[in-house]
Amino acid sequence: MTDKPLSANGLQIRIDHCPGNFHLHTQLTLPADGVTALFGVSGSGKTSLLRLIAGLDRPDSGVICLGDDCLVDTHTGAFLPPHKRRLGVVFQEARLFPHYRVRGNLTYGMPRPDTDRFASIVELLGIDQLLDRFPATLSGGEARRVAIGRALLSEPRMLLMDEPLTGLDGPRKQELLDFILRLTREIAIPILYVSHDPEELTAIADHLVLMREGRVLANGPLDDLLMRFDLTSELGGFDAASVIEADVAAQDVDYGLTQLALNDGQRLTIPAVDADIGERLRLRIPVRDVALALAPHVGSSYRNQLQATITDTAVLPNNPTAIEVRLQLGSQSLRARLTRKSFEEMALDPGQTVTVLVKTVAFALRR
Amino acid sequence: MMLSAAEWDAIRISLQVSGSAVAWIIVPGIALAWLMARRDFPGKSLLDGMLHLPLVLPPVVVGYLLLIALGRRGFIGQWLDQTFDIQLPFTWQGAAVAAGVMAFPLLVRSVRLSLEAVDTQLEAAASTLGASRWRVFRTITLPLTLPGLLTGAVLAFARALSEFGATITFASNIPGETRTLPLALYTLIQTPGAEDAAARLCVLSIAIAMASLMMSEWLARRARQRLRGRDDG
Repeated sequence: MTDKPLSANGLQIRIDHCPGNFHLHTQLTLPADGVTALFGVSGSGKTSLLRLIAGLDRPDSGVICLGDDCLVDTHTGAFLPPHKRRLGVVFQEARLFPHYRVRGNLTYGMPRPDTDRFASIVELLGIDQLLDRFPATLSGGEARRVAIGRALLSEPRMLLMDEPLTGLDGPRKQELLDFILRLTREIAIPILYVSHDPEELTAIADHLVLMREGRVLANGPLDDLLMRFDLTSELGGFDAASVIEADVAAQDVDYGLTQLALNDGQRLTIPAVDADIGERLRLRIPVRDVALALAPHVGSSYRNQLQATITDTAVLPNNPTAIEVRLQLGSQSLRARLTRKSFEEMALDPGQTVTVLVKTVAFALRR
Repeated sequence: MMLSAAEWDAIRISLQVSGSAVAWIIVPGIALAWLMARRDFPGKSLLDGMLHLPLVLPPVVVGYLLLIALGRRGFIGQWLDQTFDIQLPFTWQGAAVAAGVMAFPLLVRSVRLSLEAVDTQLEAAASTLGASRWRVFRTITLPLTLPGLLTGAVLAFARALSEFGATITFASNIPGETRTLPLALYTLIQTPGAEDAAARLCVLSIAIAMASLMMSEWLARRARQRLRGRDDG
């Protein structure tokens, strides 16, 4: 199922687990680096799988290995208890220890005193002002940051995050997401990120595992899965989006705009982003915010016009009036959703080169 | 209030017996409370019933059972006597055993309730941070149980202070050895013309009991405040 070569120290999972009336039946190989999102609606088995990996539950039958290290194997009876697995877990609720100050929570899992590592992680998460406070006095976002720091300081081989943004309101959510993105840039640690929010996913994931009813529906690099028409309803439906990458090329301070260069040299303009020239950004472009034109528009307020080639199209069963279009943009792919009427009036066909008009671009900082 | 030497003796013995009683039951009490709160095993409800027996049995029955088990000819008493040269009946240590047995259910109940209120998810979080089960217990479970443990210990102490029936049955009423406050009071009531002395001991008993209850409240409140994360601890 995966087409990305996996290094030998990835996570191998083969599980048959039936807690109550729910059946988790999965076979998976996950990459050993980057952010892997475990994605699905609630009840699809994401959290159950995470608990099995962390060792908080035992599978009815199956094997989980991290590289050569067997975490559990029901056939041989091997079971590595959670405290020996060296997997950092960030739970949905922060689960800070109420009787320790923030400093005590952070150092709780440290295998040895390491002031440099402590200082750098505290700085990275912006929690240096909180060290002498008790958890009860922290806001939701602060507590989550401390929980992430606590897990990182235990020097885990992998970080498991179970919907760490749950319950935070908009601005706090974005703030914490930015911290997590920073962390993925600055710390080389594989992350397994459980989420049910497509937007969160496109901001953070490199690799995607799509789960439904305890089974793996799809497993592959994020960009590939986002391009699949058959997964549209799972991956956002109406709000489905593509992800492309671009480098910061210029900053236009007067107009408050940032110019980006795609890897085929085409330019995109977005509202000013605080980023250095040359920095790579990940852009999220909702499929319904992409329009197509037969020729470059002159005198249009659309700032972003790109040349792209139509690769293929599809009509999805749950939305027969729209047509989904896949486009090739240099070496990257982009999706658009048009009404069938305009598609037919424009007489568009695969292989044709068109002008892509991008209405809005959401962006997320990335390495 | 001037106290006679015998009265001072009674106070000293009472505190010594009750203190020792709490000291010896605290570890088995926590262990049993943990077992009852966290584990399922066959015979659990039977064990639970047996744990509560001292609360409902006449104390004399408990004292008599202790005498059978721990007396010089008792099946444990004989072994203690021959192996370690320890005799419990008619000694203050024996009184501490009797008081401890009577106070045990109160301690276990209080610790168990408190253990059941501890969020096991915090323990799970600690284990994912590399803490062994023993470390989780020591650093997470036990500190979070502390208010209940303190309350339970003081309750047990107060129960041990008031112990009468099991003590007099098992350890007898020996001045300077096993004559605790309640026993001394009982003796004075039996003695014609000792009404004043009896009244003094009565007031003293009330004072000690009140003081220990108030201390328990204060300790438990402090512990709870610390857990809630106030910055005054």
